[in-house]
Amino acid sequence: MEASTKAYAERRAEAAADRAASWKQLLRRVRKYRTLLLMTLPAVLYFFINNYLPMFGVVIAFKNINFADGILGSEWIGFKNFEYLFKTSDAYIITRNTLLYNIVFIILNTVLAIALAIMLNDIKNRIVSRTFQSLILLPYLISMVIVGYLVLAMLDVEKGYMNNSILPLFGIGDISWYSETKHWPFILTIVNVWKGVGYLCIIYLAAIIGIDQEYYEAATIDGASKWQQIRSITIPLITPVVSIMTLLAIGRIFYSDFGLFYQVPLNTGVLMPVTNTIDTYVYRALITMGDLGMSSAAGLYQAAVGFVLVLVSNYIVNKKNSDNALF
Amino acid sequence: MQTNRLYQFGIIFIMLAFTLFCVFPFVLLFSASLTNDLEIVRSGYKLIPNEFSLEAYRYMWNNSTDIMRSYGITILVTVTGTAAGMAITAMVAYPMSRKEMPFRNALAFYVFFTMLFNGGLVPTYLLYTNYFDFKNTLLALILPGLLANGFYVILMRTFFAASIPKEVIESGYIDGAKEWKIFCAIVLPLSLPVLATVGLFYTIMYWNDWFNGLIYVTEKQYFSIQNLLNRILLDLQFLQNNTQQMGKGAELVAKLPLDSMRMAMAVIGIVPLIAAYPFFQKYFVKGLTIGAVKG
Repeated sequence: MEASTKAYAERRAEAAADRAASWKQLLRRVRKYRTLLLMTLPAVLYFFINNYLPMFGVVIAFKNINFADGILGSEWIGFKNFEYLFKTSDAYIITRNTLLYNIVFIILNTVLAIALAIMLNDIKNRIVSRTFQSLILLPYLISMVIVGYLVLAMLDVEKGYMNNSILPLFGIGDISWYSETKHWPFILTIVNVWKGVGYLCIIYLAAIIGIDQEYYEAATIDGASKWQQIRSITIPLITPVVSIMTLLAIGRIFYSDFGLFYQVPLNTGVLMPVTNTIDTYVYRALITMGDLGMSSAAGLYQAAVGFVLVLVSNYIVNKKNSDNALF
Repeated sequence: MQTNRLYQFGIIFIMLAFTLFCVFPFVLLFSASLTNDLEIVRSGYKLIPNEFSLEAYRYMWNNSTDIMRSYGITILVTVTGTAAGMAITAMVAYPMSRKEMPFRNALAFYVFFTMLFNGGLVPTYLLYTNYFDFKNTLLALILPGLLANGFYVILMRTFFAASIPKEVIESGYIDGAKEWKIFCAIVLPLSLPVLATVGLFYTIMYWNDWFNGLIYVTEKQYFSIQNLLNRILLDLQFLQNNTQQMGKGAELVAKLPLDSMRMAMAVIGIVPLIAAYPFFQKYFVKGLTIGAVKG
């Protein structure tokens, strides 16, 4: 009994000494690398202010904010803001729009980008191929405000290129683009393809260039057709990159490009049934209506579901191939 | 052989069609800015104007106060933001790449988590307007959301970890150099490719940003070129009112080539980036492809 107590005390003393030693060691390391630690301070501070402080701000969604009492002093109202939000038809419309657009964008962009990348890689003349590469990246370079101008130049009711030069060729009369909702799902999809496919295409092209040429040489000797080579060599070998890009996009399926849905339709009220997404709703609720409750509830709804989706998509990548996972 | 040539012809034809689709709106915008305004009113924007006119650019040049100021603000914000952002990013990425650095994993998680979750627009907006009073300041165009992001930090850290040999840093120690000296005189000069890539992304991001201006800036004198363009896009009257305010008189305003002028302003908003594009294209493509691999 006594012996065991003694042994126990010894062990504890040892453990304490170990802890002290490791503390000392850590302190020594901190002192040794203090310059490195100091170097990280600006970024640590910036992320704290810009990213972490607003995370605590999600409590706003559960409060009835009035500025006299400040954020901390305002009254807690539980899930009331969410109740109001989900009672309106807005919640359904913005969720539907965000999801449907993203699903269409993901499928269309992936298929088109792969097809274009394969064609770009097969063009024998390097100069021609390079020129195409540079030019299809141009739309990726400009801001959504400029995209708004370009779309206006095409679609303006009186002066636009569509109504003045293209539709007459087919004998179709003027269309008032900015007041008819039925066209916008197509317009927004085309604009999204126009702006985003070049970038995705270059990524897939890089993956295709990385494929060992010997596979194709062997296949050609065996008499495989072009189409068979694409199906049995190119596609399987770029699948890792494609799945990563797609899963990343799925992780962001609850987010939309604010500029695309706000600038390109020129913030037009009549078009809102088909152009309102979670991001534009949060913005309008905050800036135009000053409704902090609704807008922060919608924002938290987006961030929370988005967070879960990132975790889920990462879990799937991790299962498939842990090298490709984010974390 | 015959099918091969047919295939080459086919893919070049399809790629050409897609490339034209990408470039066409730019050409239309440029032509519209060079078209006589009366012709635009009469028959719309044309690919090849019947009546070529530099009127829009002349008016802009003569009434350039607003445009010049906005241009100046964009350049100032882009240069300051890019320089500060790169400094901050490199300074946190380098220690994170050093294996012996204390709290390395905690720091990596701290940076990484910012990419997974965010507080959203409302808390951010309240923070910067109520607590920091950034509304209608130049800081509002530089700081919120743009100055540093987890993705660039991880991009740089990966480069430092992979391309700066440990021995180089150790030899710096042996020569008696301090950490700061090693960072500036050894690590940075060896990292020009990643610095060019990240610097380019910062430049494009700051040049193109209009969101901060949209939510934090209401006064005209702090508009960046994108915000000015944004106002004119959503409200053509804004261009007219502004020209009027500059005291040029009503009869001049009536003759203002509004439509071509609006397009001409968009042209000068993109010309700097497009003109510089051939020079930075190499790094741009590289950055995009690294981005895909490191996610």
